[in-house]
Amino acid sequence: MALVLNEEQQLLKESAEGFLTEKAPVSQLRKLRDDADETGFSKELWTEMSEMGFAGLLVDEEQGGTGFGYVGAGIVAEAMGKTLSASPFMASGVVAASVIKAAGSDAQKEALLPAIAAGEVIVTLAVDETSRHAPEETVLKAEKSGDGYKLSGMKTFVPEGHVADKIIVLARTSGEAGDTEGLSLFLVDRGASGLIVDRTVSVDSRNWAKLTFEGVSAGADALLGREGKAYGALDGALDGARIVVAAELLGIAQHCFDETVEYLKERKQFGVPIGSFQALQHRAAQLYSEIEITRSAVLKALQMADAGGNVSWFASLAKAKASKTAELATNEAIQMHGGIGMTDEFDMGFYIKRARVLQHLYGDFNYHADRFARCSGY
Amino acid sequence: MSDLEAFRAETRAWLEDNCPPSMRTPMKGEADFCWGGRKFKFQSDDQKKWLERMASRGWTVPTWPKEYGGGGLSKDEAKILASEMKRIKARSPLTSFGIWMLGPALLKFGTHEQKLEHLPPIARGEIRWCQGYSEPNAGSDLASLATKAEDKGDHYIINGQKIWTSYADKADWIFCLIRTDTSSKHEGISFILFDMASEGVSTKPIKLISGYSPFCETFFDDVKAYKKNLVGEVNKGWTVAKYLLTHERTGISEMGLPVPLNRLAVDKLGTNGAGELSETMLRHQIAEHEIDAMSFMFTMERAQDEVKAGNEMGAYSSFLKAYGTELNKDRHELIVKINGSDAFEWEGQFSNNGEIARSWLRTKGNSIEGGTTEVQLNIISKRVLGLPG
Repeated sequence: MALVLNEEQQLLKESAEGFLTEKAPVSQLRKLRDDADETGFSKELWTEMSEMGFAGLLVDEEQGGTGFGYVGAGIVAEAMGKTLSASPFMASGVVAASVIKAAGSDAQKEALLPAIAAGEVIVTLAVDETSRHAPEETVLKAEKSGDGYKLSGMKTFVPEGHVADKIIVLARTSGEAGDTEGLSLFLVDRGASGLIVDRTVSVDSRNWAKLTFEGVSAGADALLGREGKAYGALDGALDGARIVVAAELLGIAQHCFDETVEYLKERKQFGVPIGSFQALQHRAAQLYSEIEITRSAVLKALQMADAGGNVSWFASLAKAKASKTAELATNEAIQMHGGIGMTDEFDMGFYIKRARVLQHLYGDFNYHADRFARCSGY
Repeated sequence: MSDLEAFRAETRAWLEDNCPPSMRTPMKGEADFCWGGRKFKFQSDDQKKWLERMASRGWTVPTWPKEYGGGGLSKDEAKILASEMKRIKARSPLTSFGIWMLGPALLKFGTHEQKLEHLPPIARGEIRWCQGYSEPNAGSDLASLATKAEDKGDHYIINGQKIWTSYADKADWIFCLIRTDTSSKHEGISFILFDMASEGVSTKPIKLISGYSPFCETFFDDVKAYKKNLVGEVNKGWTVAKYLLTHERTGISEMGLPVPLNRLAVDKLGTNGAGELSETMLRHQIAEHEIDAMSFMFTMERAQDEVKAGNEMGAYSSFLKAYGTELNKDRHELIVKINGSDAFEWEGQFSNNGEIARSWLRTKGNSIEGGTTEVQLNIISKRVLGLPG
């Protein structure tokens, strides 16, 4: 397959960028923040996005989705990285949809995927328990109780967990922290008895939840996939999600870079545009280069995710590279903008904050560089 | 079976029959390259046979037109040929600046007669070319070059000096940038070809830190060059030179294409119980490098696909050159670290006469030759980013 967007994908890119620039620019995120909006995104806008097909990019057409696959999801995520449009796209349309597709029964897929694609139901994944991403370290317990289970423990860093209708929870049904065996996925309602949801306002003006499970009941039909065998399916689904997160990071880097180059052309000091100084030109050219090679790694990984099979190597490559590049791009953008880059009035702050959260989500640079090495046999 | 599948099957069978077994083993060093030319001594009969057989099909230059000694293959067919050669680990039959640099420029700017005269001998490996660009006082500021030509009717008389001429002492012909007008900097340069056996040409190898002498100083003392070998218009040689440089840069950037370091590192350093390199800091450095290297490899793939899709890449070659060569330097630093004191052997069989050290030292030139990294960054900032001069 050619490592370029095809015509259909190019059209999706244009329509996503057009729509998001008009309807969900960064000024909207600023307003949500300034209004201390408790949802953290506009529900009306999410409905519109869903009508555009963004919520169902990973859902097949027979189930009400648009079937654009990971390349399509990456295209929209990149566009969102440029506009910082707040929505449950990543949590529900990408992560939850991936997990349900990978682990769910036919009945569960039929019940959930069309609703996710329509934007009617928001689902999110609760995986992390500490400040580090480490699915196999899960200790949240699911103990047999009658026909079902009782869940006890804590989860954190659950995107949109404060408003999600349903939460997919990674729990331990056997074994010890560190074992990949003995992990199971459960689907629970946010309003379930014994589930305490604490909304957390994040540095990026988005929201996640801390969840406390105090003996939450989950029926046998709440089990997603086979008991004790969740790890493989979850990690595979997370790999797809990691690549889409990398695409959003790429969008952030690209946007910060484009803004910076424009600024270098406009801003005058010593009577000339600062972009005529070689010290800044070379830094800009180096940043350009890093973004270009990141774009290749991300597109390759998206294509491989659509091709199926194990994509751990590609996912870790893309997530590691995009994390590093986004860190560089946001730091360079602020430095090259000078004082104005430090002001809240200017938008650059939103980008650096969002970038760091996404860099950490589902494994940071170190996590994925380490995993990349292991996948490469060293 | 589609045409391409049929082509693949046919190519596979032909290669099986015609590529000698010894030409399917990895090249051990500089000596194993086949450069061709009047002065070249073949290392073996197989090396000669392999060149002749490939040249007979035009497959030393698969995409050049048949009438100029090429294979007349489409890009897709050429890709198949390359992958089939890779499959049996076939060596490149011919390494040549004629193929890599001059050929594309002649195909674009040369007359039909010039192409007929010069391209087929390149394709057959009969004439080896060198490039006369840099001068002692014209390095990064190449257009300030001073080697000059006097117009003598049907020919020029050339005087001056070139430097960093790769393998000038082994080459048969030179493509050269010569000043034909002193009143304009860029618009006073012409692109001229002449025979290195001409009277008045002399070369002097320059010994490098690697101990090798791949470059020469080249002197021209009243050298006669015929006007029929002027490529493009007089005083418009800079256009040809820039086009050729993009090919040179793309070629150099391919050095950044990695053979993964993992096998080397595992063999040399060993792993712990978890299968991870025992030296954790080095493991971290290798992973960080490989992430960039693999991303760069996919970028080369993407750049080729963009060209195939009809998108103009222009100054992209500057970015590829700068990034690829910096990666290659970094990679050789890692190879030295992985090999430890073994990397410092300079002589003897164990180290193949210090191959690791010499290769490492050679890479330091990668980001200087063909336009320094800093010159490439200048080009990116002006031509890609549109930053003010």
